[in-house]
Parts: sequence; C-alpha cells; structure tokens
Amino acid sequence: MTIRVTMTVNGDELTADDVWEGESLLYVLRERLGLPGSKNACEQGECGSCTVLLGGEVVCACLVAAGQAEGADVVTVEGLGDGEQLATIQETFVESGAVQCGFCTPGLLVTAFDLLNRDPDPTDATIREALAGNLCRCTGYEKILDAVRLAATRQSSSA
Amino acid sequence: MEFLRPTSLSEACQLKAEHPDAVPLCGGTDVMVDLNFDRRRPEALLDLTAVPELYEWSRYDGRLRIGAAVPYTAIIEQLATEAPGLAIASRTVGSPQIRNRASVGGNLGSASPAGDALPPLLAANGEVETMSTTGARRIPIHEFFLGPKHNALRPEELIAAVHVPVASGPQQYAKVGTRNAMVIAVCSFSLALHPDTGRIGTGIGSAAPTPRAAPEAEDFLAAELADRWTAPDELPDDVVRRFGELVAAAAEPIDDVRGTADYRRHALSVLARRTLTWTWAEHRSQERAQ
Repeated sequence: MTIRVTMTVNGDELTADDVWEGESLLYVLRERLGLPGSKNACEQGECGSCTVLLGGEVVCACLVAAGQAEGADVVTVEGLGDGEQLATIQETFVESGAVQCGFCTPGLLVTAFDLLNRDPDPTDATIREALAGNLCRCTGYEKILDAVRLAATRQSSSA
Repeated sequence: MEFLRPTSLSEACQLKAEHPDAVPLCGGTDVMVDLNFDRRRPEALLDLTAVPELYEWSRYDGRLRIGAAVPYTAIIEQLATEAPGLAIASRTVGSPQIRNRASVGGNLGSASPAGDALPPLLAANGEVETMSTTGARRIPIHEFFLGPKHNALRPEELIAAVHVPVASGPQQYAKVGTRNAMVIAVCSFSLALHPDTGRIGTGIGSAAPTPRAAPEAEDFLAAELADRWTAPDELPDDVVRRFGELVAAAAEPIDDVRGTADYRRHALSVLARRTLTWTWAEHRSQERAQ
C-alpha cells in the first residue's frame, strides 16, 4: 500500500504519488518532487543538512514522515530566492566565503533565513544557538557567522 | 504498512484500539530514525500531529497539564516560570529543528534512560495521563518506567498529557556531554526544591536502566533544610558533599561508548552539588527579596 501526499512547496501545490507510508519528507522532496536542494546526509536529525521550513518552522525533513506533511506549507532552499534574485542570506554566504564543499549550505541557509525572520538583529550567542543543529565540516563556522551578521546588517539597512 | 492520521484524540484512541501494534509518531526524533535505518517496520504508523488536543497546555488547581505533543520550543517559551526544571531540560534537547517538533510524549513513549525531559518530571513528582477507548488513567511518574525503553503503557493506550505541580521553588537540570547541542547525555541530574511541602525532588538520567529518583538523597536534604527554609544561610560544605554522594549512590550506571560507570557516578555527584548550590542560592535570593 502507498499513499498520495499533497502539499504546498515553495508556493506551488505539488502532489506525490506512490509514497511508501514510512517515507520521509526529505525523500519525497528529493526523489519525487525534483527538489534536490535539501541534502540527505545523516538521516537521523543530527546534521541539519535537510533543514526545511514546515508550517513556518525549521525542521529536519528526514525526521518528518511524508504523510505528516499532507496539506502543509513547505519551504526549501529552492524557495528562498525568487528564481532570479538570490535572498540576502544567499548573497552574503557567497560574499563571505561561507561555502566550501557546499553540502551543509542549503540547510544552513534555511536555518539562517528563519533566524533573521524571527530576530533581525541577533547577538552572536543567538546566532550560534540557532545554528547549533547544522553541522559544517569545512569552514570552521567563522565565515558562516560573518555571512549571517552581514545579512542582518544589510537587511536592516534596506528595511 | 498503514499510515493512520486521526484528527481528534477520540479518533486516535479508536485507531489505537483497532491497531494495538501501531507505532505512535509525532516529532519523529526516534521513530523516523528507526524507519530510515530499516530497524523497524511496524504494521502501522499512528501520526498524532493532526490531533489538536495533544498540543494544548493548561493550568488548574496549582498544577499544569501539558499535552503530550506540546513541542519543547513551546515549553521553553511559555512554561519557564511554572515548570522551570522541565524548561531548562527542554533547552538541552537536540537542536532548534528537533525542539520544534519533539515533545514530552515522545520522551515518555521511548522511555530511554537518557530522555532529557524525564529527570525533571521525576523531580517535580509528575504524573502521566494515558488515554484509551476505555478512558483515562493517571500513572505516577515514579511508576512509569519499567526498564530500558520499557514503560507502563498498555498496547491500547496513548500518552495524552503529563501533569506537574506548578513550581513552588527553584528547579534545575544539568547534563554532561561533549557539546551543548545534539548530545545524548552521558549522565544528567534534575533537582527541585519544594519549599511549600519541605520536600526535595530528584531525577537521575543516563545512569541506570531507567530514569530514577535518589530517595535517600531527597530525605537527607529535606531533613537538613527543614530549619533553613525561612532564614536561609549558605549551606555547609559537608551537607552539599553528602548530598552529591547519596545521589551518586542511587545510580546504577554501566560502561558504554559515552562514558564509564565510574565517570558517571563521579559526574553525578558533581552535578548534584552544582544544582544544589544553584537552586539554594536562588531560594536565598527569593527569600531576601521578600
């Protein structure tokens, strides 16, 4: 037996068929809906590379059963920019050198995007706490912190 | 496999009665990992995320009733004053992503000795409310854990809520691990001072087959504090040290990949001393402010 799951992803209503009942939201996004931006690494909620917004909150897509996302609003890294223009946090990741191998980047972008929506002027401690569930094995995090600070400054000056 | 998605608690109980082997699923922290790694293939998944009653909390007669699915993020933001031990422990659960979905019901259902919410529930003397088609049941938290990952829940029952008295004094939780986030506790300890009743609550995590209290340590400290509540002075070192020893003696740890039994016992005595020092200092400053 399989199920059909319909959800709104990055503003579009999408339907996945033949979904196995134990399948994760991450698998459905990547393998059935053509959205491979969210990365599949640990599959146990440890690394944060599959972070997406579900109902406006950051979650690990690998820990959400696809059926639990029925009718929900999902935003992935593909939905942060508008297709042409990158989101501010994406620009500052590029400018700050916050990307090395890039595997953790989609999850970090979604988490940082969410942080700046909730707290436009976060302290360093707040940034560290917010990003604590996203592992990066390349950068040592300093450039990532720079990127978040720069995005906060840029967004507040343009607001 | 079937995917069951009730939209009310009564429907959830009905489905659980019809499918006693169905695995309740909410935040997915434990269940989804088992599915992702092919460790478990249940007959059915019972998704509880569309059951609104499980996401509510309320206050009645000096107690809190916290729905089983209330996420840790909400406990941290909304219950820090009324359930401080639980709120402090909630801050140490996983990561922001995990805390947005994970809940006390999951910790109780998994019944791991390492569940961060469990020591503070012991220290607060909480109760687990279960629900089935035949009605509700209240299980004292001290009788809920039967063995490693084994609890007193019956196959037809769901965990509906947890009840704790509103805190009458300071509470704390501390845990040992390699970093703040995403750590399964090497050992953990929760302490609650109950000045209203003169009692002490304790909870030990990750250092016995189940989360457990340290009753001898509780009685010792309650006796030591009996004449000190209203005009609190600094606690003598020997009282603080003896309390730590009694907490460590109540543990029954094992050697494993996260730490040795000896280390856990030692660390527990340190955590017990620290949490006692913190909570007593808080009690003293509250008394002085009055």
